[in-house]
Amino acid sequence: MNPLFEYNLNETRRQFLGSAGMCVGGLALNMLLGKTAQAQTPARVHPPLAGLPHFAPKAKSIIYLHMNGAPSQLDLWDHKPGLQAYFDRDLPPSVQGGQRLSTMTSGQQRFPVAPSKFKFTREGKCGTWISELLPHTAKIVDEIAVVKTVHTNAINHDPACTFVMTGSEIPGKPSMGSWLAYGLGSESNDLPAFVVLTPRFPASGNGQALFTRMWSSGFLATRFNGVALRGAGDPVLYVQNPAGVSSQDRRTMLDALSQLNQRNFERFGDPETQTRIAQYEMAFRMQTSVPNLVDLASEPQHVLDLYGPGVREPGSFAHSALLARRLIERGTRVVKILHRGWDQHGNLPQALKNQTMDTDQATAALVIDLKRRGLLDETLVIWGGEFGRTVYSQGTLTRDNYGRDHHPRNFCMWLAGGGIKGGITYGETDDFSYNIAENPAHLLDMYATVLRCMGVDHERLTFKFQGLDQKLTGVEGAQLIPALLA
Amino acid sequence: MISLRTLAVLALVAISVRAEEPIQFNRDVRPILTDACFSCHGPAAKKGGLRLDQRDSALAAAIVAGKPEASELVRRILSNDQDERMPPPSSHKTLKAHEKEILKKWIAQGAGYQKHWAFEAPVKTALPKSPANPIDWFIAQRLAKEKLTGSPEADRPTLIRRVAFTLTGLPPTPAEVENYLKDASPDAYKKMVERYLGSKHYGEEMARHWLDVARYADTHGLHLDNERQMWLYRDWVVKAFNQNMPFDRFTVEQLAGDLLPKPTPDQFIATGFNRCNVTTSEGGSIDSEWVFRNAVDRTSTMTEVWLGLSAGCAVCHDHKFDPISAKEFYSLYAFFYSAAGPALDGNKLLTEPTIKTSSPEQDKKLATLVKQIADLQMEIKEKVKSLKYDDPAAVKDADLKKLDLTKSLQIWIKQNGGKDNKALPQDIKNLLKLAVVDPNKLKGANEVKLREYYFEHVCALTKPEFDALTKKLAAVTKERDDFDKSIPGTFVFKDMPAPRESFVMMRGQYTKPGEKVEPNTLGVLPAIKKVGPRANRLDLAHWLVSPEQPLTARVTVNRFWQQYFGVGLVKSSADFGSQGELPSHPELLDHLAVWFRENNWDVKALTRLMLHSATFKQSSRVTPELWKRDPENRLVARGPRFRLDAEQIRDNALFVSGLIHLEMGGRGVRPYQPQRIWEPVAFSGSNTGTYTQDKGSALYRRSIYVFYKRTAPPPYLTNFDAPNRESSCNRRERSNTPLQALQLMNDVQHFEAARALAERMIIEGGKSPAERIAFLYRTVLSRAPESQELAIVQQALEQNLARFAKDGDAAKKVVRIGESQPKTGLAESEVAAYALIANLVLNLDETVNRN
Repeated sequence: MNPLFEYNLNETRRQFLGSAGMCVGGLALNMLLGKTAQAQTPARVHPPLAGLPHFAPKAKSIIYLHMNGAPSQLDLWDHKPGLQAYFDRDLPPSVQGGQRLSTMTSGQQRFPVAPSKFKFTREGKCGTWISELLPHTAKIVDEIAVVKTVHTNAINHDPACTFVMTGSEIPGKPSMGSWLAYGLGSESNDLPAFVVLTPRFPASGNGQALFTRMWSSGFLATRFNGVALRGAGDPVLYVQNPAGVSSQDRRTMLDALSQLNQRNFERFGDPETQTRIAQYEMAFRMQTSVPNLVDLASEPQHVLDLYGPGVREPGSFAHSALLARRLIERGTRVVKILHRGWDQHGNLPQALKNQTMDTDQATAALVIDLKRRGLLDETLVIWGGEFGRTVYSQGTLTRDNYGRDHHPRNFCMWLAGGGIKGGITYGETDDFSYNIAENPAHLLDMYATVLRCMGVDHERLTFKFQGLDQKLTGVEGAQLIPALLA
Repeated sequence: MISLRTLAVLALVAISVRAEEPIQFNRDVRPILTDACFSCHGPAAKKGGLRLDQRDSALAAAIVAGKPEASELVRRILSNDQDERMPPPSSHKTLKAHEKEILKKWIAQGAGYQKHWAFEAPVKTALPKSPANPIDWFIAQRLAKEKLTGSPEADRPTLIRRVAFTLTGLPPTPAEVENYLKDASPDAYKKMVERYLGSKHYGEEMARHWLDVARYADTHGLHLDNERQMWLYRDWVVKAFNQNMPFDRFTVEQLAGDLLPKPTPDQFIATGFNRCNVTTSEGGSIDSEWVFRNAVDRTSTMTEVWLGLSAGCAVCHDHKFDPISAKEFYSLYAFFYSAAGPALDGNKLLTEPTIKTSSPEQDKKLATLVKQIADLQMEIKEKVKSLKYDDPAAVKDADLKKLDLTKSLQIWIKQNGGKDNKALPQDIKNLLKLAVVDPNKLKGANEVKLREYYFEHVCALTKPEFDALTKKLAAVTKERDDFDKSIPGTFVFKDMPAPRESFVMMRGQYTKPGEKVEPNTLGVLPAIKKVGPRANRLDLAHWLVSPEQPLTARVTVNRFWQQYFGVGLVKSSADFGSQGELPSHPELLDHLAVWFRENNWDVKALTRLMLHSATFKQSSRVTPELWKRDPENRLVARGPRFRLDAEQIRDNALFVSGLIHLEMGGRGVRPYQPQRIWEPVAFSGSNTGTYTQDKGSALYRRSIYVFYKRTAPPPYLTNFDAPNRESSCNRRERSNTPLQALQLMNDVQHFEAARALAERMIIEGGKSPAERIAFLYRTVLSRAPESQELAIVQQALEQNLARFAKDGDAAKKVVRIGESQPKTGLAESEVAAYALIANLVLNLDETVNRN
């Protein structure tokens, strides 16, 4: 023994719990006093940060449909009828302006213009132009705000995907979902605040990689990581008991665990022990809530039909879209669906058609379904990729076949639901969809706007890291886009 | 999921100044000015032309050194006039009476400034008649000031478990615990610590922390994220710690091993540190961008790891808070900008520069094989030469139509020339193409080569004579190739023969070079000594560990403190800059830094110093008052208690179950992992797109040897806050989530361990349930269960036994979880019931914490 240290500990557990009136401790205490988790509806276990939200939120949750690989704005949204006359003529150097090209086409001899082979029509009361590849989305154009002038910093997938998900090209920053889980907490005690779905995609799709950093919490605590809900195996990792172990066996084990951990708390006095007790109870609830979430038995046939074929197959885009709705219904803050295969350097018309056939119906169904349930007002739906594609063809060009390279200077995204003015088109590009003509919208401006819909001032949701007050929207000063707000 | 630790904040820096003590700017004055003055009179703004962070500016306008009564600053802070008073009411800032006193005293004593604390040289405090352990003296001093006392020593079972995990990442065995409990000698603790310091697992545990810092992984990290081979570097780190390599040498070899005189293979391997950064080979990538990005990563990592400064800001602009200008950043970057090898990784297992590490025996064998191949080739050549062959096509009046290409060389050349015959090797195809384009080029060596090929492989008349030789050559060639592949290689760092010129990149854009820069260090720190005309990495490495350089020793001892005590003396262990947190015990940090350097950077000696302190040995029990006051234990009034790291949790389960396979080193292993972790995220063409789980003992290797794919790292590790190794990680979070609970309850790795542990309980633990539960507690927690605990566990066991006695099918399933064979001769229902008990104890809060 060291004479330097004299110690007197005679505090009781009761006094401690009395002084640490935290929600988790309180929750744990309830359970310790013999009330099981099922019997007692606990207080909200993921509260928002103090002071948040900053404004009355228009939307409570976000469903983000990320089309990974970069869908062609020219073949889906950005209608350029004038290009037909420009077929196979070189992109004027004045348009290209000597800007940076990816090395996949920087060595090309020519930059021949490839007009879209797809028909465009004006749809809805608003008359938004939309490609024939999106017949279902055409039915919801009055709900959505199409932004034609989104632009980003990166020209290749890896940095661009990192940018679109985290607001920075450099790995290590938190995903937008993690920021919101950190700032706003979750309405659900039984499901994670931030969920990611990675559905399968058509075989013709060029499957650019996804990275866990796209839903990582970066420098925020890892409890804000996105939880990847899986299409095969357990929907949530390790949620299922091992073979032969029943739910009752788990309960027996957890009852003993709580008592033993409580004894441990008495021994060491560490409140983290209380948190752990609560987390085991939450884990137990998830063992029920997750199977419930993915059990579609309660969905009426007409809803299933709305989402289209494949809705019953776990891992399909349609199934993921339906799960996204079920998640936000249950209080999840952010759901991201990362659908791959949109990187059409060649053979674009057929491959893009396959991509849209895989996603169009369920995308529209999601918006319609949310609206019918009265949830669209409090849910923000976002659709987009990580950059756009070039007007000039990569590789061989014919009227029916062409490819397109990466194009970060302008691309299309759309927003719908809580806080968003539907039925509008924002921003205009030049005749070649190569440069922004008016109303640019940097991705970070988009995020400033998205955060506003969620009741968050993007300048004030910060976390100190590496000497800086880090923000989702970076240090360069992102601008809110008021025209998009309802 | 809220962490209670985050809810209370402790003010650590409010130290009252005793009258007799001279004022120290950094300790006493800077915190006041930072809080109250700098936002208007500092680096970001200088209202009224006044900056108080710079002495010149302050003396010019507001301070008369030595004369507080004549100083405008004093007049303004004491003023009662609302319009005059500083800080102004509108700032909502006020100075307390004692703060005003400090400012007055400081001016009276001459208004001395100091650089930011971390840039001043560390000084050892003169200790009153050398105490047993200087750490305890500093900690006690501070506690006394705070009117707190420390905690008593923890009991021995807790201590040995704490030390064993700290030094080896593994729990003590019950026999080790018993030995220690029985040892009545006064140096029992010391002997116990030495045992673990001497264990080969010490190096593994120490290396694990360093590999986070070094951002080591087994894949390239970006885009395809293919496998890369550099585990020799990982094994080098383990070995370096086990050999107790002094930290200065550890530094020099990793940053500049290649520049040492006659570097050994190990010194080359060490340079892998600078090759651990993520790389790409994405189609479309621009070389110059990646040369830039790789150098930025290496520079930022070095700056963070050794200097404890986040240089990231200076990539784009002068650092707003720390004295790192963009020019200085790019001067550091110039040390790394001339890296040899391609900018893109080529998606290859071994991207140049690399080395192979063969033993002399292997070299000999390889040489023998190479010679055999050469001999065989010579034999074939000679044989071709000696052949008598007249091309039938060359005979006058030959009927070319009747001639077969297997009989005539000319016909064969004609028929294959310029065609893409897939059966032919590329060089032969090239020659045949040449023959068509310009037959005249087909003379001399080229002709001989074609002839050789023809007679050996094609010509029906001669081929049979060569068959045996050809076969033998193919076999030996394959043997050589296989043997060569079996010798592992690893990434090393080298410079290009002629260095690239480096420039400040404007706003961090690789396309916008500005002013040219030479390799150099930061102006605020002592100058670098260069040996040649241009400073190189070796000079840089020596500079980092030079006695004058104030940061490396501080940053390093702080990182070890963080590793052993849970939180660093500087909590922001990668940021010692002005935006980082101040040290909780500045004098202790400085003392340790100087001590470490004076003791030849001896890591084990430093470890002993820390682990032998009474501070480390304290009980970690905490009262509610103390918790409220100091939730993060920054004052160390109690022993460290924190959750085990991801790897330790897995290794512990494997260890206590007896399943663990303690082989060291080698290629990363692939243990159990839930299905479809890699597949949904992987690029279609990646060679790490599909996870193929290993079999047998590889499933039970220690976690440091697990294959680390960066874009989808092992979920059972990241779930417990292991980083994805994309960038240097100096400090892990310690989260506490339901997903962790699910993993420890249900992951096959943990449940199989529980089942194997259950078998041990039944076979080794004794006859009665109570004995077996006691065995379980001794094995997992190094202690016997209390009677209350025994009752709780026994009750659960009885429920389990009853349940599985009734449900044989369920029991059968439970005992078959995992790939290890269940022990024969045991009742399945009993094993299943005990497996859930072992699972219970492996999930205890006490089990997953270092107490």
